[in-house]
Amino acid sequence: MSSLKDKLSFSTIMLWAGMFFLYVPMFILIFYSFNESKLVTVWGGFSAKWYGELFRDQQILDAVWTSLRVAFFASSMAVILGTMAAFVMTRFSRSWGKTTLSSMITAPLVMPEVITGLSLLLLFVHMADTFGWPAERGMLTVWLAHSTFCAAYVAVVVSARLRELDQSIEEAAQDLGATPLKTFFFITVPMISPSLMAGWLLSFSLSLDDLVIASFTSGPGATTLPMVVFSSVRMGVSPKINALATLIILTVSLIAFISWYFARRSDKKSLPPAM
Amino acid sequence: MKKPLKFRLPKGQCWTIGVPYFWLLLFFALPFAIVLKISFSTAAISIPPYESLFSFADESLQILLNIGNYLLIFDDSLYIYAYLGSLKMACITTLGCLLIGYPMAYAIARAPKQQQTLLILLVMLPSWTSFLIRVYAWMGILSNNGLINNLLLWLGVISEPIQMLNTNFAVYIGIIYSYLPFMILPLYATLSQLDGSLLEAASDLGSRSMNTFWKVTLPLSKGGVIAGSMLVFIPVVGEFVIPELLGGPDSLMIGKVLWQEFFNNRDWPVASALAIVMLGLLIIPITLFHRYQSRSMEKDA
Repeated sequence: MSSLKDKLSFSTIMLWAGMFFLYVPMFILIFYSFNESKLVTVWGGFSAKWYGELFRDQQILDAVWTSLRVAFFASSMAVILGTMAAFVMTRFSRSWGKTTLSSMITAPLVMPEVITGLSLLLLFVHMADTFGWPAERGMLTVWLAHSTFCAAYVAVVVSARLRELDQSIEEAAQDLGATPLKTFFFITVPMISPSLMAGWLLSFSLSLDDLVIASFTSGPGATTLPMVVFSSVRMGVSPKINALATLIILTVSLIAFISWYFARRSDKKSLPPAM
Repeated sequence: MKKPLKFRLPKGQCWTIGVPYFWLLLFFALPFAIVLKISFSTAAISIPPYESLFSFADESLQILLNIGNYLLIFDDSLYIYAYLGSLKMACITTLGCLLIGYPMAYAIARAPKQQQTLLILLVMLPSWTSFLIRVYAWMGILSNNGLINNLLLWLGVISEPIQMLNTNFAVYIGIIYSYLPFMILPLYATLSQLDGSLLEAASDLGSRSMNTFWKVTLPLSKGGVIAGSMLVFIPVVGEFVIPELLGGPDSLMIGKVLWQEFFNNRDWPVASALAIVMLGLLIIPITLFHRYQSRSMEKDA
């Protein structure tokens, strides 16, 4: 029995060492964002001046606004597409259409981003060549690209929830005369709403974070935040980026914990009272 | 025997399957067909920078397939080395993620039920914050006047900074760091569903814990190991950002070469051919992942 304990403690030590590995670089970033010195690695006293500099940088502010808009529309579209695909994957009987749809929707999860980005750009160039639309690449094309790859993540999240759901409630609604569409919107959607929210938030952060696909599919008019960060980081480290990183880390943590809280609350609600 | 789709499905179902189907066909399947087409064309100084495959001459449709791009790839040792470099990088980092991630996933799966979701959230959280910024954090830590070198100098372990940034070592660290959560998640999913009574039975029958691990736990979590490894291996082969920021001139990876061919040399046909060969190399891992994915979905259903 003692040897079992040894193994348990080994994996527990690995867990905390792994957490340390995951979090220490981020804490260092946050710490150095309050550094007075222009040199990123030399501590020159506490200061919040880089935050001020950040909010005066018009290029970064524009990019943030572009990224937020793209992420909002892309995650909304991804939720619609992903939910439809998840519904097909869990509720439809096995058919040729279902099989190809489920393999197409999960493909973007593993596809190397350079391939996805390159192929979408070539598609847009081709479309512009053939029908003259989209006339130029910009927010619209980034939105189309992001909706496609985010839909894959939404489909995985939502189909996991749909599979757990008690189908007898949907059947009861239909027996009582509700149309399939009505059943879906008044019965299924409220029951899966936490996973829709989770899928939306996941897509939102994926879209905000994406550099490679956005670089391929965007045009001169639409520079997203990762593209600005990438070009400035390539030039060398800058303390302004530390401040930006801190703000991103804090925002994402806040959103993640709020969504975790809601998911936990709805899990508790869905448990039978006896438990 | 098999009736066409629209006769079998009611109208509403037709829409439900049709909308995402059409979208994916247009924005996911068709683009690959175009990449394949362009990989057979010739580069040209025009907009777009390649020549059409189809041409009308002497009242006949001519299709010219130029396999020169592929011959170039297999002829030039630069491309071969880039492919091999990417595969080596992907193998080593996948193994690294597995060695670090398996014990972590195991510990999370054995933790009390209420703690499990919080621990998984903590593991996933870094991957939701910007990927670029986490790579950037390592630039500050690994550079010559960075944290590790300063610490070692201060401790007197070394007398001058060790070159860590812009080496393959930095790329390994950056990739393992960025992809570790993608390994842990599927491993946790299979390990948390493991039937504890099997482990008890093994220990009741006198199996030592190491033996139980190799004979019971590991075989039962094979699905998670495959899914996690594929989720790391496949994207790493095409990785561009991490070698660009942390790697040096000798860290040659195919994603970086493709990017340069496309954006710097503007040779779209060669870039397309590079992508097609990369996809060919990844066919086996991708089908492995899909088989696991569909099997686990059927098991749940």
